[in-house]
Amino acid sequence: MAIKRVGSQTVKLLNPPAIVSAASIVGPKEGQGPLSNYFDKVLEDDLFGEDSWEKAESKMLKEAVRMAVSRQDLMLPDIDYMLGGDLLNQLMSSSFAARDLQIPFLGLYGACSTMAESLSLSAMLVDGGFADRCIATTSSHFSTAERQFRFPLELGNQRPLTSQWTVTGAGAALVANDDGGPFITYITTGKVIDYGIIDANNMGAAMAPAAADTIGRHFDDTGMLPEDYDLIITGDLGRYGRDIASDLLKTKGYEVVKNFTDCGIEIFNPKKQDTHAGGSGCGCSAVVFCGYLFKLLREHRLNKIMLISTGALFSPTSAQQGESIPSIAHAVTIESKKKN
Amino acid sequence: MPKKNQSTQNKKYQEYVEKTSPKPTYMKNCTWAFFVGGLICTFGQFVHNQIESRMNLTHLEATNITTLIMVFLGALLTGLGLYDLIGKRAGAGSIVPITGFANSIVSPAMEFKREGFIFGVAARMFSLAGPVLVYGITSSVIVGLIYYVIGR
Repeated sequence: MAIKRVGSQTVKLLNPPAIVSAASIVGPKEGQGPLSNYFDKVLEDDLFGEDSWEKAESKMLKEAVRMAVSRQDLMLPDIDYMLGGDLLNQLMSSSFAARDLQIPFLGLYGACSTMAESLSLSAMLVDGGFADRCIATTSSHFSTAERQFRFPLELGNQRPLTSQWTVTGAGAALVANDDGGPFITYITTGKVIDYGIIDANNMGAAMAPAAADTIGRHFDDTGMLPEDYDLIITGDLGRYGRDIASDLLKTKGYEVVKNFTDCGIEIFNPKKQDTHAGGSGCGCSAVVFCGYLFKLLREHRLNKIMLISTGALFSPTSAQQGESIPSIAHAVTIESKKKN
Repeated sequence: MPKKNQSTQNKKYQEYVEKTSPKPTYMKNCTWAFFVGGLICTFGQFVHNQIESRMNLTHLEATNITTLIMVFLGALLTGLGLYDLIGKRAGAGSIVPITGFANSIVSPAMEFKREGFIFGVAARMFSLAGPVLVYGITSSVIVGLIYYVIGR
């Protein structure tokens, strides 16, 4: 009997692991956005001194991990596992970073849901007594994602209003057994949900049902209500996806309006930055959590949040073969204080 | 019949998304496309007229040279990083003229330079323009054959 399971998809961590440090690195465009002061490092050049964007993305992830580890006066060999992923084929950014970091590495692909996925698994490893310290990390880069999923950068095409802007950034969070919070208390792992959306320029609509399903399931499993949270924040649904998710949750009987937002909405200023529906990518929820939310939790300006990273599990091949976009969302509850 | 229920649920959801998604600003986009596209074509005509009258060439020879110049300009503006800025506003206005064709070849060539000159630049160069060439050339051959058989 799994004593830590609650309901059908949720885990309640009995010894809630702490997020002891977090680090975030973002590109120049994110550095001009509304959250710019919260990021640990803003790059002046999105090549980060490398000769390709892929290498730059890998370096961002590597530096974010190093920064998070060194903040705790630890060394890289003190870390038991590194859990991470990115959007590129064969997890190029994370694997190449792990090659240099030499931490036992578990590569994850959950598209843009990877931040919550890596936090979930890190917390389970620590709570289960399999590790003392795990680093959860993800990255994305506008230019690497565009060339893999869309068009060359210099192509003169128009972006629809529902399209989103891939965040250039990497975040890393160090999960360990510690008395200083914030603490990961609940984990709800999502199922793959597909409502048949085909338009890759409307990822918000493709992912909203997955987000609504996981959030609804979390409330069903735990008996908590939306009011119990200071903030419920999805990964990268964007402006329209957030509204759809909110509508879908209403049909499930949960009213989430006031305390419900999206990392992709928070990170950019759509009017000034021409980002349309908002930010997206693994890096979106990573930097918003590791940069912004983590600091608010530390300062007790937020006491209980649910981070739901949302991922669209499509590939250029599946899109060309006419498949719809399957999506997933993972939820992590993070509280600034440990309850006894 | 869970499968059928699922497909009606999907259909309902897709209709709902269709209804709530923001619509493109058609009027504004069309106006931009009309003026930018018109400007590119007017400029092309101006170049053509100048070549024809000053260099003393036939109409067809001047057309060929004009095409070369317009392709060069499209490629140059792409290389300078300006064509995507024009395209963002103008849409079809800058895609349809031959400058847009140049843009669709030069932009992947630039993008994949880091994968090397053979498997990067050369192999990827026609990834967007390839279909246009394949179907453009195929249809012109078919039209030519039809003309050969019945048109004379």
